Amino acid sequence: MDAKVVLSLENITKRYPGVLALNNVSISFQEGEVHALLGENGAGKSTLIKAVAGAIDIDSGIIKINGQEYSKMTPALSRSLGVEVIYQEFNLVPTLSVAENIYLCEKDENSAFFSAKTIEEKAVKVLDQFGVRIDPRILVQDLSIAEQQIVEIAKAVSKNVKILIMDEPSAPLSVSEVELMFKIINQLKQKGVTIIYISHRLEEVFHISDRVSIMRDGAYVATRNTKETNRQELITLMVGRELKESYPQRRKSLGEVVLEVKNLTGNGDRNISFSVRKGEILGISGLVGAGRTELAQLIFGAAPMESGEILINGKPVKIHSPLDAIQNKIGLLTEDRKGQGLFLEMAVKWNISFPIIRRISKYSVVNTKKEDEIAQKYKERINIKTPSLLQQVINLSGGNQQKVVLAKSLAAESDILIFDEPTRGIDVGAKQEIYHLMTELAESGIAILMISSDMEELLGMSDRIIVLCEGELAGEVQKENFNQHTILDLASGIH
Amino acid sequence: MSNNQFGARLGATLQKNVPFLVLIFLVILFTFIAPNFMTFGNLRTLIRQISFAGISAVGLMFVMIGGGIDLSIGSQIVFGNVLLAIMMVDWKLPPAVAIPLILLVGTGLGLINGVLCIKLKIHPLIITLGTAAIFKGVGYIINQSRNIMGFPDSFRWFGQGYVWEIPVPVIVMILVALLGAFILTKTYFGRQIFALGGNEEAARLAGVNINGTKVILFMISGFITAITTVLLLSRVFAGQTITGQGLEFDCLTAALLGGVSFKGGEGSVFGLMVGMLIIGVLNNAMQLATFPDFSQQVVKGAVLLIAVAFDVYQKNRKAKETVARVAA
Repeated sequence: MDAKVVLSLENITKRYPGVLALNNVSISFQEGEVHALLGENGAGKSTLIKAVAGAIDIDSGIIKINGQEYSKMTPALSRSLGVEVIYQEFNLVPTLSVAENIYLCEKDENSAFFSAKTIEEKAVKVLDQFGVRIDPRILVQDLSIAEQQIVEIAKAVSKNVKILIMDEPSAPLSVSEVELMFKIINQLKQKGVTIIYISHRLEEVFHISDRVSIMRDGAYVATRNTKETNRQELITLMVGRELKESYPQRRKSLGEVVLEVKNLTGNGDRNISFSVRKGEILGISGLVGAGRTELAQLIFGAAPMESGEILINGKPVKIHSPLDAIQNKIGLLTEDRKGQGLFLEMAVKWNISFPIIRRISKYSVVNTKKEDEIAQKYKERINIKTPSLLQQVINLSGGNQQKVVLAKSLAAESDILIFDEPTRGIDVGAKQEIYHLMTELAESGIAILMISSDMEELLGMSDRIIVLCEGELAGEVQKENFNQHTILDLASGIH
Repeated sequence: MSNNQFGARLGATLQKNVPFLVLIFLVILFTFIAPNFMTFGNLRTLIRQISFAGISAVGLMFVMIGGGIDLSIGSQIVFGNVLLAIMMVDWKLPPAVAIPLILLVGTGLGLINGVLCIKLKIHPLIITLGTAAIFKGVGYIINQSRNIMGFPDSFRWFGQGYVWEIPVPVIVMILVALLGAFILTKTYFGRQIFALGGNEEAARLAGVNINGTKVILFMISGFITAITTVLLLSRVFAGQTITGQGLEFDCLTAALLGGVSFKGGEGSVFGLMVGMLIIGVLNNAMQLATFPDFSQQVVKGAVLLIAVAFDVYQKNRKAKETVARVAA
């Protein structure tokens, strides 16, 4: 079968000062296929899609779209050829309505004036194709992340998209939302749209893609028909070495209960009770919007508690602010590490020492010797890869940024750590490292709460899983009963 | 390759110190074209001229690093200046009582700014624009169009005196700057200010009392500006509403010239002082060259815009480099 090639990249090279971001990359994409692009962070996937979208200038090589050769691509040209990109950070205007976003900058040939009614009607039609009900008059800022993504897709479709590039589209979505997105992708595919799908989640790649191309260190590695390859082979191609994707084994040695939560209410959650033991990893599952992050905020004092009780080592504690939580040795590693966890412009050691900066100060003056010692200690303990402790965090890779966040909580000598999506947007190699670290921490007696949307990781890492649904505790699953089905049932409220 | 690296490093160092190089360039330039420029007397005048704005600029910088801004500095001086004059002349309070009182009042003005910011949750730019109008207005009201004079002679020293050959306001500026630099770079409170301006949510989750810190920063700005108020009244030696008006303009320009970011989380006292000196040198040179007052306004406005443009340029360049590095 010889499918028509719509986009072919030939010998694309892009050099940034000091690094070769794309090294002579050639890949071709066929009409109506879902083509997954795989690679660790920094493999050059993002740079490649930027080249296709005309967001950056390439140094050499040719981009061939529908047989036409281009050595220079601009955003406008790329658009006019039917290329649309949905970036991880959405390009939506939060203060405009759904319809206005879909038809942003689009002129109506029949009228000189802007008609809200016309575009709203058009928007409904586009959204109806996907079988989704979103009021086109609602403001984008009031939508959930999944709905925003659908608006992004609708925007692309309304522009007669031929090649749709999606960068980590499933990252913020819950299981059922991912399914909806797959449905939409399949519809687009039927219409002959080529979809370039970038994801870290291998199971999705197998689920949705026809072919998969792998990149490593800025270079093209291989392309496989998805049906003819397997997980182990893809991982090997990505990392360039044999890497067994498995979850570290733990000698069971759970201690006494450290944290107990009774009838916790507030921040959208109602009546949640559970407990965690020393050395235990408690998984927290649920769909997006089930109130998992909200629960973490409540326990951490980042949102006001309406009623309920928190007990640490059997004693009731009052947690009204993050400072209270830190003093009670609770650490929170937020889902959004750039927005909430890190001071990106600041040095690595500055970040690590910040939560305890007061403790290592005498007469208000920071003891920088102590600060260096602590930063150095945790840098070594969890193997943060940085040329120096003075390096700005913004220059580290995602995995290492996550380690800096972890180092912060460890430096504060937390006994209870809450991980909110600990491996989101992190490549395979770094994921393994984070898993090993979490295991080590649990072994050392720390109680861990792990919120995750990655079912595999949740099942692999947890000793026990609690499932939330619409702000309430839907159930608790013991290790021996772990399976995806049970948890999904609880999460979606089916009993 | 190594040559290249050396070049790159030199380039980076120079770029970081652009304001400093500009200052050196201006000083050399004016030394040659204005014969009166490089004299002890003139330089002393120059530094005394900037010392008043230089003191307040330190306060402004605290607020700016914390992610805020204080546009009410000049108006705080207008109000404080008149009130201090009334205290000493109408109420016959001795300076030893009046000065601590006005420092307290100044801190109170900062408290008002800070509390309004956290309660109304509106950008400090708007809040302090509003309070600026109020402070100035109240200053005019209580002044009743008078030129208040008749201060005790002992009050003269603060604005007009010297310690050895150095004007008192210059010494005060140096002390305030040193203390400010110490707090910002050496203490945990300084860290918290940078954290607040760098990433407010991350700072909150790391246990910083966000609202409290914001209020304290405005109080610091108010306190420091009250020091300027005392020095300026002593210098002019007459209570008038004209004193101090628009001073925040020079403070802001100096801060931006010296690399204090408009977005918060960045800035140093050294940079600020370099920025202040650039303004001082320009002002002084224009006066030596007997530029008409209005043309000076044009130059000042242009310098402010250049400073902002430079700030933005640096940000973009950094962002680009980062994108390159992370994408790689």
